[in-house]
Amino acid sequence: MRKCPRIPASWRLTWERRTKVSTAATETKTALSISGLHAWYGESHILHGVDLKVHQGEVVTLLGRNGAGRTTTLKSILGLVGSRKGSIKVNGIEAIGLPTHQIAHIGIGYCPEERGIFSSLTAEENLLLPPEVQAGGMTIGEIYAMFPNLEERRHSQGSRLSGGEQQMLAMARILRTGAHLLLLDEITEGLAPVIVQTLGRVIGQLKDRGFTIVLVEQNFRFAAPIADRHYVMEHGRIAETFSAAELEAKMDMLHEYLGV
Amino acid sequence: MTEIFGIPLQAFLSQLLLGLVNGSFYAMLSLGLAVIFGLLNIVNFAHGTFYMMGAFGAWLLLQYLGLNYWFALILSPIAVGLLGVLVEKSMLRWLYKLDHLYGLLLTFGLALVLEGLFRQQFGVSGQPYQVPDLLRGATNLGFMILPNYRAWVVVASLVVCFATWYVIERTKLGAYLRAGTENPALTQAFGVNVPRMVTLTYAFGVALAGFAGVLASPIIQVNPLMGNNIIIVVFAVVVIGGMGSILGSILTGLSLGVIEGLTKVFYPEASSTVVFVIMAIVLLVRPAGLFGKEK
Ligand SMILES: Nc1ncnc2c1ncn2[C@@H]1O[C@H](COP(=O)(O)OP(=O)(O)OP(=O)(O)O)[C@@H](O)[C@H]1O
Ligand SMILES: [Mg+2]
Repeated sequence: MRKCPRIPASWRLTWERRTKVSTAATETKTALSISGLHAWYGESHILHGVDLKVHQGEVVTLLGRNGAGRTTTLKSILGLVGSRKGSIKVNGIEAIGLPTHQIAHIGIGYCPEERGIFSSLTAEENLLLPPEVQAGGMTIGEIYAMFPNLEERRHSQGSRLSGGEQQMLAMARILRTGAHLLLLDEITEGLAPVIVQTLGRVIGQLKDRGFTIVLVEQNFRFAAPIADRHYVMEHGRIAETFSAAELEAKMDMLHEYLGV
Repeated sequence: MTEIFGIPLQAFLSQLLLGLVNGSFYAMLSLGLAVIFGLLNIVNFAHGTFYMMGAFGAWLLLQYLGLNYWFALILSPIAVGLLGVLVEKSMLRWLYKLDHLYGLLLTFGLALVLEGLFRQQFGVSGQPYQVPDLLRGATNLGFMILPNYRAWVVVASLVVCFATWYVIERTKLGAYLRAGTENPALTQAFGVNVPRMVTLTYAFGVALAGFAGVLASPIIQVNPLMGNNIIIVVFAVVVIGGMGSILGSILTGLSLGVIEGLTKVFYPEASSTVVFVIMAIVLLVRPAGLFGKEK
């Protein structure tokens, strides 16, 4: 019987390194890769195996009826649900086992459905609150140029801002941190058409800057022109995926899913 | 001799000072309680015990290590803070998702155990602790004789309280704390290590109580029950001021000390109950406390 020759440690390292580098190279093109994601709030099982991939620089929507599990999907990425299972890779790094505060540092900016403006902080304190997670975030000057209202209101208490201003602020404060993957939950909800238009322009500018964006939306007219791809969720699963080009053909199906 | 409402000015002023000294202790203790309650949602019933341990820390440092008051003023609160870290990490951590009541019960039990241990070890008679040399004696201000140590207590606690207020309300660190108090989940989702902040906040809150204990040790006898005596009044102060307000707890603490002092001058019979009478009135008129927000 022939004995297997022992591979010298230095070789093994090289091989390990080589495979690591090559997988990292393919994975850098995927900003977010979710597979078999299950999530629970206490006893209630909400997500039943979500699979979803977002490439770097893409704008992707998560559509679906109320209660389909879109917010829960975003929260699961950040570890804000009761418990979760499966795989969530952000920039190639597995996030499923990380505590919430470390997940932000792999490059995620989160804008929650309820906006989450801190009422005991001023507008500017809110803006400066999220710690920098990576180098190369937008400067305060660039942010104020994008949202002029916020500069005027910077000394106001968070609780004194209008709904539109709060939404701008909730968006603005995650642009400073250097996070390149933005998770935006229903940013147009309850806002006047002018403000929705402004937000549409902002998303366009962010896309040009190379941000990767996951948009949870009800407002399909807002989402359709800016997204590259669409995911439709139902009952805690992804029911459909299609690209912007296929949109026309999928309209009927979409009406059925969204019940509009 | 000058008189105010038939009371000699000297007596009036010295009671006022005494009230201010007590008020300083109320302020430091209720401030710690407010900060802890804000972030941890826990009514820290062991607060008086940490105050007592701060004082014992000073006494033990002198007795066994020969370290004087000034060392104690730094080392004792640090030791108390470290104990706080231990308590938070090993016990309180498991209670945040539950009702307030559990935290209250746990810290109450902890207070009983710790106090029991100190009683067992040191008895209840109390240990004397000398005023440090530098602060012995009194200064004649012309209109009154000002005992130096008492003046120091008031100044030191005011400085500590307002420094705390400044850090919480005006700095980046404070912004994290305020944000964490308001919405811990989202603050953590932004990448702030909230669990560590919670531990450090508890440690800071109880270290503040320990600091108050060191300040108190030359004024009262260091004994295992000293925390018990003061904490009841401090809880009344917190109820009056409103849980969770930083400036509110400082101002309420100071002014109730003064009110208590003045009651001693004008109607001594009521001096030990006046705080509770005020508490009852405030609860009737403004249940959330003078500075508190309705939830
Ligand atoms: N904190 C929670 N505890 C228990 N169940 C929850 C909780 N939050 C959401 N759910 C349930 O999870 C399901 C999915 O909710 P989710 O918020 O993800 O929906 P959504 O797709 O974002 O819809 P929308 O925001 O339009 O209502 C719903 O059935 C909801 O009732
Ligand atoms: Mg939602």
